[in-house]
Amino acid sequence: MAYTSEKPPLPESIDQLRARIPGWGADLDPADRPSVPRERLDLDTGAHWDFPDRQPELVPRERSIEHAFLTPVFGTAQPLRGLPGVVRAHAYERYSEARAAHWLLLVLADRLDAIEHHATSLLTPRPDNPITQTGVLSEVRRHGLSSRTEGHRADRVHQPLDPVLVGGPWLLAAAGGVVAAALVGRAVRALRS
Amino acid sequence: MRAMVYRGPYKIRVEDKDVPRIEHPNDAIVRVTLAAICGSDLHLYHGMMPDTRIGHTFGHEFIGVVDQVGPSVQNLSVGDRVMVPFNVYCGSCFFCARGLYSNCHNVNPNATAVGGIYGYSHTTGGYDGGQAEYVRVPFADVGPQRIPEWMDDEDAVLLTDALSTGYFGAQLGDIHEGDVVVVLGAGPVGLFAARSAWLMGAGRVIVVDHLDYRLEKARTFAYAETVNFAEHDDLIVLLKKMTDHLGADVVIDAVGAEADGNLMQHVTSAKLKLQGGSPVALNWAIDSVRKGGTVSVMGAYGPLFSAVKFGDAMNKGLTLRMNQAPVKRQWPRLFEHIRNGYLKPSDIVTHRIPLEHIAEGYHMFSAKLDGCIKTLVVPDAA
Repeated sequence: MAYTSEKPPLPESIDQLRARIPGWGADLDPADRPSVPRERLDLDTGAHWDFPDRQPELVPRERSIEHAFLTPVFGTAQPLRGLPGVVRAHAYERYSEARAAHWLLLVLADRLDAIEHHATSLLTPRPDNPITQTGVLSEVRRHGLSSRTEGHRADRVHQPLDPVLVGGPWLLAAAGGVVAAALVGRAVRALRS
Repeated sequence: MRAMVYRGPYKIRVEDKDVPRIEHPNDAIVRVTLAAICGSDLHLYHGMMPDTRIGHTFGHEFIGVVDQVGPSVQNLSVGDRVMVPFNVYCGSCFFCARGLYSNCHNVNPNATAVGGIYGYSHTTGGYDGGQAEYVRVPFADVGPQRIPEWMDDEDAVLLTDALSTGYFGAQLGDIHEGDVVVVLGAGPVGLFAARSAWLMGAGRVIVVDHLDYRLEKARTFAYAETVNFAEHDDLIVLLKKMTDHLGADVVIDAVGAEADGNLMQHVTSAKLKLQGGSPVALNWAIDSVRKGGTVSVMGAYGPLFSAVKFGDAMNKGLTLRMNQAPVKRQWPRLFEHIRNGYLKPSDIVTHRIPLEHIAEGYHMFSAKLDGCIKTLVVPDAA
């Protein structure tokens, strides 16, 4: 072979493709595709307003400082609360989306949120259950072993990390609890003696 | 109502939650009859998306029946059977007016870089999603559409994201007759992108993945040639050999943030969350496309930085195109293709599970067990 100006031949002719593939070429004209051109002003979106009515802000709603104002419509699920809420509020009030600190603080708040909810769930009638919530029982019901061992899966090398990531914090928390209890016990015994 | 809720990375459960209420005059409340788990839901599930709060209900692929409407809703009535695009959008802002529905500026106070998405963290607006019995649907006159009588529910739910996104991704590739198209990823979006590439006149479609059962689907559903990258020492050399050492005209990244193929990239992003996403597929796309070619990115990445080989993209004169799909723009043409028999989206569905079993559904999908490609979720009230 040589590098020439010719486009390399296809393994199948256009006629063969048209016969083999249902709908081959139905959108052949690049100008006649739904997202072409990218921007167009003639679409009827169904909106019957120039600017939407504003949704009532019943509780203070965090927003990106890159916005001029609170958007007229917003989600109200899981409003800011507790320590994670303080961290999230700071991330939104202090840093734009362009700053890594904005996102890293939000990730930190996510982890604090999880720890707080895991801990408080222990005081509820329905504590977190790592067996049912991770869905790990599907390993038995959904052919976990054979699914993981057949073929040439590239993810086999890091699959052992998942149990560590999921179970590790629980084991660390349990170990921390044991150590704390031992320290408290030792302190109590020291006080008594 | 019963709803899936997030309890931290890799942990979800089903809880009782309040039925959502009308919060804006153009809201509707939809009773969900069928939902789906999307590959991008796994980024939330694995704790990769910043500001994913405990208690959040995921789910941006769903259909249902209108249960309530706000006072300004004109186009929908209670009892209508509707499909809801994953985009939350107003229809009137600078971006919506130009057809960029996924980039709406009026629905996401938390970020300007992304529009609104149902059940996809507060970074996309803080809307609970559709893996529940009921969901709040803002701008009921804009997003939802009555499902045509002739359309199956399973086809309809796949139009709310996966099929529309794959079809949009092929369009961003600017495919011309006879083009060689490589699709990275044989998940639902990759399968649909590969199938769509033929509609746009591709001369050759090659799908790359590491899961044999998905590559089998790429051959039978998407009529594609396939490559299992785990069987080859250097995927890029193989793809160059397959394309006469020029590279493909178009490469579509249908993988995104949790790409495998490079252990360091995968672990630093998907496990340690030190990158916005594993850029393996993106880098492979840059490496395997021909000079002057087009890379279309449909894979979802987080907002943090990723180690992308940008120098090669510049040196090769590439066109990089990407966006979240403006779903509803795709529907009229996709409805035609389904009616004409060119596409049967539900052919990729492998599992149907009740909402109460969704934790096992997520684990199965995440770990790629039991030949899982697409899982549908049926709420109890459906």
